[in-house]
Amino acid sequence: MMKLEAIIQPSRFESVKDALREAGIEGMTVTEVRGHGRQKGHTEVYRGREYTVDLLPKIKLEMVLPDKLVNTVVDTILKTAKTGKIGDGKIFLTRVDEAIRIRNEERGESAL
Amino acid sequence: MPLRAQQTSVSSSSPPSAPSSPSAVQPDNAKALNDKLADLDKRVTAAQSSGDNAWMLLCAALVLMMTGPGLALFYGGLVRRKNTLAIMMQSFAMMGLITVLWALVGYSLCFGGSGPVIGDFSHAFLRGVGVDPNPDYAGTIPQLTFMVYQLMFAVITPALITGATAERMKFSGTVLFMTLWFLIVYAPLAHMVWGKGGFLNASLGGKFPTLDFAGGTVVHISSGVSALVCALYMGKRTGFPKQPMPPHSLVLSFIGACLLWVGWFGFNAGSALAAGGLASSAFVATHFGAAAAACGWSVAEWIKNGKASALGAISGAVAGLVAITPAAGFVGPMPALAIGLVAGVFCYLMVTRVKAIFGYDDALDAFGVHGAGGTIGALLTGVFAQQLINPIFGAGKPVGGLDGHWGQIGNQLVGIAIAWGFALVGTIAILKITDLVTGFRVTEEQEVEGLDITQHGEEAYYLDS
Repeated sequence: MMKLEAIIQPSRFESVKDALREAGIEGMTVTEVRGHGRQKGHTEVYRGREYTVDLLPKIKLEMVLPDKLVNTVVDTILKTAKTGKIGDGKIFLTRVDEAIRIRNEERGESAL
Repeated sequence: MPLRAQQTSVSSSSPPSAPSSPSAVQPDNAKALNDKLADLDKRVTAAQSSGDNAWMLLCAALVLMMTGPGLALFYGGLVRRKNTLAIMMQSFAMMGLITVLWALVGYSLCFGGSGPVIGDFSHAFLRGVGVDPNPDYAGTIPQLTFMVYQLMFAVITPALITGATAERMKFSGTVLFMTLWFLIVYAPLAHMVWGKGGFLNASLGGKFPTLDFAGGTVVHISSGVSALVCALYMGKRTGFPKQPMPPHSLVLSFIGACLLWVGWFGFNAGSALAAGGLASSAFVATHFGAAAAACGWSVAEWIKNGKASALGAISGAVAGLVAITPAAGFVGPMPALAIGLVAGVFCYLMVTRVKAIFGYDDALDAFGVHGAGGTIGALLTGVFAQQLINPIFGAGKPVGGLDGHWGQIGNQLVGIAIAWGFALVGTIAILKITDLVTGFRVTEEQEVEGLDITQHGEEAYYLDS
């Protein structure tokens, strides 16, 4: 089992979500986050006071997947989340030791 | 406010009974004719009073709306989320606190008696204040209406000060400070400018008649200067100016500003104290001043930053409304545009440049908008006032610069100086007292955690529910 964490542009989120559903992926956790890699921020001015905003809004997707689905999901996300510009985001993969379904205490890949 | 050139004398009478059909008049019955005329006279007076009273009651409601929710929203949107309720509560508290003080002694101190500086206790507990008009102030409306209308001014004035002390002022300190400020600073100023015998009163023969139609000196200079003193006394917010503290919801501020604009018609046009031509004139001047100032601030900002911001536009409108406040019932529509334009640019510079140069933390620009706007407005009133609009000094007597009476600017300066002086001295004294009794500023930990939780035990936006 792998945990997939993807930070993507908010404007690409709907397309990514639709594509993942079409690929048969059910279940994800979505958070609104702020951050930046190499992307520059912008300046806001309130009554003459300037603020540099360099933490930009992004969407974070988290999914735990059975090994055989990882490549499908990565390819889907890469295809739908990419705009080609700096700020498109990143995907991280980490190994997961255990997954448990709270409702019936199922364990392992069948809990996903 | 009691600045109508001619007071209509009114016989106080109860409303007439149902109209009787005009009976045939016997030409030789002079008494019947006279009785009929007297009855018609009473009915006309009552009809006029009815129009004036309806207008003035509405205006009182409009001015109250300026405090709640107008100012509360305007300020509320400008602070950080953790301090939203606190700043709103400070405005709302004035609605309760000042009303009680006004009822007990406030109205009497402002409008009782005929002393040069302060009123008396003749109307304490609103004794003698009923449906009969007070001929000194507003001869066609019940004194109750006049009293409650004036109350709304007394409510909003201290609330304005909270803009400078935002995000670090103790609530207990607020309550004590505002009680003292109302009694020591507001009441004398209101009496001097608007009260009978007040030596700045332009319509009732004051020694240095200061033209202040709706409160440029009494409301805006007093609160604005006091705000500056408070901001300097209590010091900057923790983290200011390095830490970013942008407004948490300009949407709230926008709504508040629009409510202020609409409410201001009650503030300025209502200061005509009647529903006649002067109210129309003041209404138009008010609106034009706001509009021109919004344009002025926006253009200045567009030139400086390359963008016109929403915050700038609404701030400009408020600045214009402040500046036109002393002028509203004295100047024509074109001068109103000019006053607004000047105020928009002037306050923009005060808020963005002067504040940055001197480095004081007038958090929500109470001084930059109200203190500065009120001052420039009071000065320009002396320039642009015309007898054509309001022959306040008597028929045929010149009023302001446009009439050739440039000396009026001198009188305006006296009024401005006294307002500044009272506000400065009074506020410093009250700050010292407040600091000793309740304390004025929260601790640093409380400030960081936020006033909503530490002062009021609440969160403005409870995100988990």
